[in-house]
Amino acid sequence: MFEHEDKNMALNEDLQSQIGERDGIRDKLKRMCRENPLAAVSAVVIAIIILMAIFAPVIAPYGEAEQDLINRLQAPSAEHWLGTDELGRDLFSRMLYGSRLSITIGILPSLISLTIGVVAGLAAGYFGGWVDYVIMRVADVMLSIPSLILAMVVMYTLGTSTVNLFIALSMTGWSSVARVVRSQTLSIKQSEYVEAARSIGVGRWKIMFRHILPNCIPSLIVLFTLNVPSAILSESSLSFLGIGVKVPAASWGLIVNQGRQFLFTQPWLCLAPCVAIMIVVLAFNFLGDGLRDALDPYMQR
Amino acid sequence: MNDSMNTAPQEVLLRAEHLYKNYSTGKKGREVHAVSDVNLSIMKGETLALVGESGCGKSTLGRTLIHMLPATSGSIYYQDMDIAAMDDKQFKPYRRKMQMIFQDPYASLDPRMTVRNIIAEPLETYKVCATKEETTERVLKLMDAVGIPGEFLNRYPHQFSGGQRQRIGIARAIALQPELIICDEPVSALDVSVQSQVLNLLKDIQHAFELTYLFIGHDLSVINFVADRVCVMFLGCICEVAGKDELYSKPLHPYSEFLLDAIPVADPHRRNRQRKVLTGEIPSPMDLPKGCCFCTRCPYATDICRKERPELRDLGDGRQVACHHPLG
Repeated sequence: MFEHEDKNMALNEDLQSQIGERDGIRDKLKRMCRENPLAAVSAVVIAIIILMAIFAPVIAPYGEAEQDLINRLQAPSAEHWLGTDELGRDLFSRMLYGSRLSITIGILPSLISLTIGVVAGLAAGYFGGWVDYVIMRVADVMLSIPSLILAMVVMYTLGTSTVNLFIALSMTGWSSVARVVRSQTLSIKQSEYVEAARSIGVGRWKIMFRHILPNCIPSLIVLFTLNVPSAILSESSLSFLGIGVKVPAASWGLIVNQGRQFLFTQPWLCLAPCVAIMIVVLAFNFLGDGLRDALDPYMQR
Repeated sequence: MNDSMNTAPQEVLLRAEHLYKNYSTGKKGREVHAVSDVNLSIMKGETLALVGESGCGKSTLGRTLIHMLPATSGSIYYQDMDIAAMDDKQFKPYRRKMQMIFQDPYASLDPRMTVRNIIAEPLETYKVCATKEETTERVLKLMDAVGIPGEFLNRYPHQFSGGQRQRIGIARAIALQPELIICDEPVSALDVSVQSQVLNLLKDIQHAFELTYLFIGHDLSVINFVADRVCVMFLGCICEVAGKDELYSKPLHPYSEFLLDAIPVADPHRRNRQRKVLTGEIPSPMDLPKGCCFCTRCPYATDICRKERPELRDLGDGRQVACHHPLG
C-alpha cells in the first residue's frame, strides 16, 4: 500500500518540478537567479555596496573629514579617484563613509517601519472590529500626508540629528506595510490550517506569529526591498534640503548638496553621489521586482 | 458495532438539543438559518455519518458541535456538561477531547511547517511532553500509526501526496487522544484510489484509539463503507436518523429516498431505469418555509406539511424521522 503511494509521490514531485509550483523559497530564489539575471546582479551589487560600507575605514585612502586645503577642488586623478571638494577632502573616501549612513538609513528605518507595520497589520486583520478600524484609519491618515513633508515636520520639531532622522523616516513607511499585512492576514485567517490550529486550541498570539506571519514573509521581503530605496531617497532629499545629516558627517545627499555650487565647474562632486544613489536605488528596485515575481504565487507563469 | 447498537443501550458521548446556528447577513432581521432545531445524539464508539447536499449545514453543524462556531441557541451536552454556553476558557479542557480532520489536505497543513512541527503542535499546546526529544518521539509514534515513514520527519507538506497529507492531518487529530473526531469530508478531495486507503486507516485508528467519529460527507458509497448510523440533513434540519443498513434498504423520509436513488448503479442493463427526479426550488435558507423544509420539493407533500414543521419522531428500532407522512 505504501509502495504504491511512494510511487505516487515520486510522480507527484516530478510533476511539481515541471510545473514549478509549490516549491520552497530556496527553489524560487534559484529560479529567479536563472530567469532574471538582472535581479541576481542587483543582489550582488547590493552585497558589494554593503561590504564597502562596512569596511569603509579599511578601504578609504583618506579620512572622512580629512582636509587638504592646498589640493582643493581637484579633478579625478590617481591620487584622488573622484577628485576633492572645496575643503580638499577626498571625495571617494567621503563617498565610502557616506555610504555607511545612507545604507543604514535605507535599511534600519525600513526594518523599524516593517516591524510596526507587521504588528499593526496583524492586529488589524486578526482581531478586526474596532481594532481594525482604529489602526487602519490612522494608517490612512499617515498615507494621505506626503512622506517627505511628514519627515520634514518631524525633523523641524525634533531638531536635526541622525537619531531624529531615523524616527522621521520610520514613521512614514509603516502604513503601506500594515495594509499589505492586514489583507494577507484576512485571507490566511480563513485558511483551513488556521482553522486546524484553532480546533487544536492554539492561542491567538501563537496563531498570529507561528502561522500567519511566516506565510506573509514573501510579501514582506518584497515590501522591504522596495522600502529601502525610498528611505535612501528621502534621506538624500532631507540632507540636500539641509535638515538631514549635519556636516562634517557625510551622507550621499549631503555630498550632493555641497557639490551643488560647483555643478558647472566641478560636476563630478555632484555626479558621483548621484550615480551612487541611482545605482543603489535601481539595484533594490530590480531585486524587489525579481523577488516579487519569484515569490508571488499570482505572478507565476 | 451495528449489532451491538440494537441490543445494548450505549453511552451517549455528545448530545445536541434544539440547536440553532444562524448567520447574520448584515441586514437587520435577515439571517441565514444554517442549522435549525437539531436534536442529535452521538454514541460512544460509533461512526455517525452526516449526509446532505452542499450547503445544507452539515459542516456548520459539525463545527458548532465542537465549539468551533458559537451556537445561536440550544444546548450541547458532552457527558452531561452543557458546552454550548461555555466561553473559550471554560471550554479549554474539553477542546482536546474533540478534534477535527479537514476536507482539503492541501489547505489544512501549514505550508511553512515541517511534518514534525505540524504533528507536535497539539502536543506542545497542551504541554503533553516534558522535553523536545520526548515530543519528537511521540510524533514518530504517531507517524508510524498513520503509516508515514519516520524519515519524513523534517519534510514539508508540499513534498507529500494528497493521501499522505491527509494521513498527517489524521496524526495531528489523534495526537491528543481525543474521544470525538469530526471528519469533515476527509476523503472527498482525494483520488478514488487513495480514498479507500485513508478510510481503512480511519477505521483501524478508530479501533486502536477507541474513537467516536462524526463523519460528514456527501458520497453515499463512502458513507456506506464507514458509517454505523446515518443522519440525513436538508436545509439545516435533520430529516432522518437511522442505522446504515436500515436506511439504505428502506428509507423513511422522502428526501432520503431521493438521495439514495441518486446513487449511480454500475449496471448497463439498468441504464434506462426510471429515476426519481426532484422538482421544485430549494427554499432560501434566509426564509425557511413555515412547515417542513422539504415541502417545496416533496412529491408527497400535503397541506399539513406546508403549515406545520414535523418533529423528529422516534419510530423504534433506533430510527427517527421528521416527516408527517413517512414512507413504507
